[in-house]
Amino acid sequence: MTTTTDTPAAETAAGRPLPRLPWNRHLVAIAVLAVLLVPLPLILPAAQASVAVRVLIFALMSIGWNMMSGFGGMFSFGHAAYFGIGAYACAWLLVEQRVSPWIGMLAGMVIAAAFAALIGFLALRYKLRGAYFALATFAFAEMLRLWATNSDFVNRAVGYHVPLRTDSSWWWLQFEPSSPNYFWIALGLTVVALVVSVQFVRSRAGQFTKAARDDEEAAAAVGIPVMRYKLLTMALSAAITAVAGAFYVQYFLFIDPDLAFGSSVSIQAILPAVIGGVATIWGPVIGSVVMGPLNDVTATMLRNPPPALEFLQGRSGLDVIVYGILLIIIVLVLPKGIYGTIRQRWSRR
Amino acid sequence: MATLDPDEVRAPTARAVPWLRIGVIAALVVLAIGLAYVRSGSGVVVVQAVATGVLIGGVYGLIAMGLTLIFGVLDIVNFAHGSFLALALFLTFGLTQAGLHPYLALAASVPAMFLLGVLVQRGVLAGAMGKPLENQLLITLGISLIIENGLLLFFGANPRSVALPGDRGVPIFEAVANLSRILAFVGALILAGLLYLLLQRTRLGTAIRAVAANDTGAQLVGIDTRVIYAVTFALGTACAGAAGTLVAPLVTIEPTTGSLFNIVAFVVVVLGGMGNVVGALVGGLVIGLAEQLGGIYLPGQSPLLSVFIVFVLVLFLRPQGLFGRSA
Repeated sequence: MTTTTDTPAAETAAGRPLPRLPWNRHLVAIAVLAVLLVPLPLILPAAQASVAVRVLIFALMSIGWNMMSGFGGMFSFGHAAYFGIGAYACAWLLVEQRVSPWIGMLAGMVIAAAFAALIGFLALRYKLRGAYFALATFAFAEMLRLWATNSDFVNRAVGYHVPLRTDSSWWWLQFEPSSPNYFWIALGLTVVALVVSVQFVRSRAGQFTKAARDDEEAAAAVGIPVMRYKLLTMALSAAITAVAGAFYVQYFLFIDPDLAFGSSVSIQAILPAVIGGVATIWGPVIGSVVMGPLNDVTATMLRNPPPALEFLQGRSGLDVIVYGILLIIIVLVLPKGIYGTIRQRWSRR
Repeated sequence: MATLDPDEVRAPTARAVPWLRIGVIAALVVLAIGLAYVRSGSGVVVVQAVATGVLIGGVYGLIAMGLTLIFGVLDIVNFAHGSFLALALFLTFGLTQAGLHPYLALAASVPAMFLLGVLVQRGVLAGAMGKPLENQLLITLGISLIIENGLLLFFGANPRSVALPGDRGVPIFEAVANLSRILAFVGALILAGLLYLLLQRTRLGTAIRAVAANDTGAQLVGIDTRVIYAVTFALGTACAGAAGTLVAPLVTIEPTTGSLFNIVAFVVVVLGGMGNVVGALVGGLVIGLAEQLGGIYLPGQSPLLSVFIVFVLVLFLRPQGLFGRSA
């Protein structure tokens, strides 16, 4: 799954690199899409607008995951660690220190990036690969969850409620619950994350990272400092996912250890990318668009179940079952994901 | 794996017992117990921790044997292992509600999980054999999501429990252990022994070990690897099923209970060496101890934290596990 490659703009059929243009078609597509999406919260009813925000949060998390595990080829099963660090840094600074969530977001990015670089250094230093690497990332996320659950420093299992304000404020990132501002901020953050990932893939660092993914020994042999670029990729990936965590807290106004560091969070970072297409720019976005509304559909179904399934009323879990089925089907039938498969069909023609 | 272990070169059947390593591990365990005594200053606390740790460690060993068998033969990191255990827990709960003795539920849970294992392997995993590791990991992850949330959907999140008729505290030295805990330990050891005999002494076991060592070679001498894959996966899930029934009187039964055991089983498997069945049993005992002693070292923190600390240390310092890899 990690063998798909990207950036057709940087190569020609003959394999000679094109002169680097300041823009490429991904960037154009991002710009067009962003402009088209701006009026969305004004058109959609409030319930659907919140689904749209959730889609964007999924997308942010997954763009982060995709950078490390897709382009970098280091399969992470512990992105909850970075999501949680972003969420907790933001919530802790806001509640305990009265610091603006924007600064909390930045702090979360820095801490998450440093943590990822530390894990990455240890994992690469001791040459963990494949299953071992995935299990190590998983272990670190779980350790953070257990530590947060039992530490007074972050309010134990209770977590944090964001104090409600009476007025709307950009500085404190808090508006009326139905305000379109939330959507616009999430859209802005997602666009930045997408642009960063496009630029990353086009950059020397991104190309080196992909070279190291495809053949580490060959990459090292031609003089690429593999360790440095892998750590850079992991740090960048963690920082993007941390932004999702920080925004999550501000939007849902609540965080606790399970919501921040639980293994289901790691799964939510993985699923959109896998459904949409691992190691593609658009895969995480498309996957999120598929996954986000599912949640809502199943919740409605459980609230008013069809007569045959009356006994399921008020239960939860159906959404995750659908994710699970989707995951298995995608991996078996479309291992390159939705976008990856479509792109392959097109390029074959 | 980066370093070539001498045991890997030698032979898959560990005739030569690695006495030196067992000695080192035993010394570390004794040291850890001694430190716990210094830390707590109370003999009873330490004896209680050791007794509880060893008893639950046997069950961890059984669960991990199934997981490591699957890894050794199919090369699959099975994230669904704990959810099979959770299914067995709920099955046991249902049968005891119907008036059956909890341990008689073994007669249902083991075959049921075996059958389910065959179905899952043939139905879903067979299509991904030989694909990159991530594919199988994601599929088993999907299976675990379906099972765990299916249980949540149908039974709700309310915790349940199974009572063992005639359960009582049994004194061990100065400590007390529940009879159900002791029986779970003994049952796990018996089943682990049976699995070991199956692998070492029967034609099927020989075939399984042959596929683990070299599946192309096994195919060449006429072993149907597809059957062996299905049977091995099913044996692994049957281990999880048996363990689920055995621990049913000890734990609160919730849909998420299985994932806790899954985490511990991963740790045990890495500790024992991925694919090493005997190592899994020893690793289970070590992790059971680490969990309980960790409660003494780090009071106020979850005992699982110490399990993860051991895990990370093993991953970094000795990724091939305590005994290297063999199946």
